[in-house]
Amino acid sequence: MAIAARDFRELRLDGMSRNFGAVNALKGVTLNVKRGEFIALLGPSGCGKSTALNCLAGLLTLSGGSIWLDKTRIDRLAPEDRGFGMVFQNYALFPHMSVRRNIGFGLGMQGIAKEAIKRKVDEALAIVRLGDQGEKLPGQLSGGQQQRVAIARAIVIEPPLVLMDEPLSNLDAKLRLEMRAEIRRIHELIGSATIYVTHDQEEALSLADRIVVMRAGEVRQVGTPEDLYARPAHPDVAEFMGYRNQIRTRAIRSGNLLNVSVGGVSLQGTAVDSITDGEVVATIRPDDLKVADAGPISVAVESAQYHGRDFYCFGRAADGTELYFLSERKVRKGDNVRLGADASRVLVYSRAGS
Amino acid sequence: MTDRAAEGSRESLPLRVRLALYDLDGVTLLVVPAVLFVIALFIYPFAYGFVLSFEPKKGAWLANYAKFFSDPFLYDTIGATFRLAIPATLINVLLSIPVALRVRRMRYRRVLTTILVIPITLGTVLIAEGLLIYLGPQGWFNRALVLLGIGQVRLVHNYTGVMLSLILSGFPFTFLLTLSYLTGIDPSLEQAAATLGAKARARFVHILMPLLAQGLAINLCLSFVQTFSVFPSAVLLGAPAGDTRVISIAAYQAAYEQYDSSMASAIAMIMGFCQLIVVVLILSGRSFVYRGAAGGGKG
Repeated sequence: MAIAARDFRELRLDGMSRNFGAVNALKGVTLNVKRGEFIALLGPSGCGKSTALNCLAGLLTLSGGSIWLDKTRIDRLAPEDRGFGMVFQNYALFPHMSVRRNIGFGLGMQGIAKEAIKRKVDEALAIVRLGDQGEKLPGQLSGGQQQRVAIARAIVIEPPLVLMDEPLSNLDAKLRLEMRAEIRRIHELIGSATIYVTHDQEEALSLADRIVVMRAGEVRQVGTPEDLYARPAHPDVAEFMGYRNQIRTRAIRSGNLLNVSVGGVSLQGTAVDSITDGEVVATIRPDDLKVADAGPISVAVESAQYHGRDFYCFGRAADGTELYFLSERKVRKGDNVRLGADASRVLVYSRAGS
Repeated sequence: MTDRAAEGSRESLPLRVRLALYDLDGVTLLVVPAVLFVIALFIYPFAYGFVLSFEPKKGAWLANYAKFFSDPFLYDTIGATFRLAIPATLINVLLSIPVALRVRRMRYRRVLTTILVIPITLGTVLIAEGLLIYLGPQGWFNRALVLLGIGQVRLVHNYTGVMLSLILSGFPFTFLLTLSYLTGIDPSLEQAAATLGAKARARFVHILMPLLAQGLAINLCLSFVQTFSVFPSAVLLGAPAGDTRVISIAAYQAAYEQYDSSMASAIAMIMGFCQLIVVVLILSGRSFVYRGAAGGGKG
């Protein structure tokens, strides 16, 4: 009797909205999630991703739209009637209950027999590798262990959907990497759909099957990590995917490419949306802006941080354009370097949408 | 570093630093006024009264206590006081739980809290006077009852009157305490319980109550001590010669009607002892409940 997610085919969010007074925290989010999928809700703080998660859990009621689990409408159900597992940012472990009782709490609420609860809790403890910690109180565990208890408690009820609210944000860097792998492993083991809220693009890219990038209560783009990383559909998404250089400029079409003016010189770029020319935003990732003797843009280096393999630099072109770039060779403040970028790595967006 | 080396280096530290290791520094001096205050106004009078109670006007050193426990007019006051203090305490504390649970979620929490706290600022005498007029035979309450054809109800100058005043003046205290204990419980704990399938009742029984238990114990103690020493309302609203003849009335009469301060001290000591027993009982029950922080983890 292994722990396995309850069967379902599809979770459907249909125009899910939530207002707080006059503020629209969530503006009509529509999304389909299949069983077994790992979805990351990615966005800066205040973008509505946690609101979306709380709406799914039933901790917040919707102001508009609906949520469906296959053919059942669930957005009017109380959280206790939805049967979703939730991992809270602060873990929310019951401080007065042992680890075992914490994990068994949801099963107890279902009226399951003591023997069966014990078996399931043992199994959940084994899954999160806490076999010998069952009798301790949460306060006696480290942050990483508490996190594992929180996950065990959420999955032991075999939820069709596991909701995680920035579960790694309270852990140190090393533990975070470790737990990231654990979360993916557990997700695959129980086969639930997981919706994972984060503001860390690296976490989202490495964990998710699909990423939902949110901004100001709206979904900006949904796609696989590869899609989003290589071809962000919106300057906001690009910014979140590490395209740190966002240059407001003008473009002129030339064949399949666009000529954009960056730092006073013309650079070839790729149009993302259907723009021909005019006012645009050109975005370039710092690691795509290469130091090359033949590069067209000349910048004066203002800062260079040593990152081990390379230098993360900030410089200014002759016309004042600020550019972030990576350099494999050593550069110092005050150096003048020449930069160039591949046309396929310069993404150009029309400015109308942003 | 070996232990001896560690000790050696500690020896060589200046005295000030060594004292600081035991949390003794300049700031510690700020405790001095408070300590003097407690000694002058609590410890000294208590010790004085304790000694005085064994120096009766006539008879052996235990004569006061022997007199108290042989005269039903005196020892019955213990029962009368318990009969008032225990129900009043339980009503106040138990009533404060649902009210605090409700108020916690209200948008105009401050307004309601202020209204509920007003009785504290009024003081027991004012409340007693107000109740005397309002609930008395000629008061609005009884006049309304007569108009409705129900007839008069005796609500003052008896047990009911004192009980009502104890609830009115005691409830704000218990409510405020319960409210602050309740708001100290991390709301995500209840949310977590809800996502795990716990309905409101189960969340209350399994999450809120265990985390509230230690706060309620403290609340019971404070409320009990306060109601056990009831005096003004027992005199004004009760039947001070009858069933609300509480122990503080006996002490008052000994001190100011019979001018026997030794006997009054003995009664005060007996009163303190009763309070102590109840507080110890409540606090020893506390060892069965969770006493840690009411948070949900790191945060």
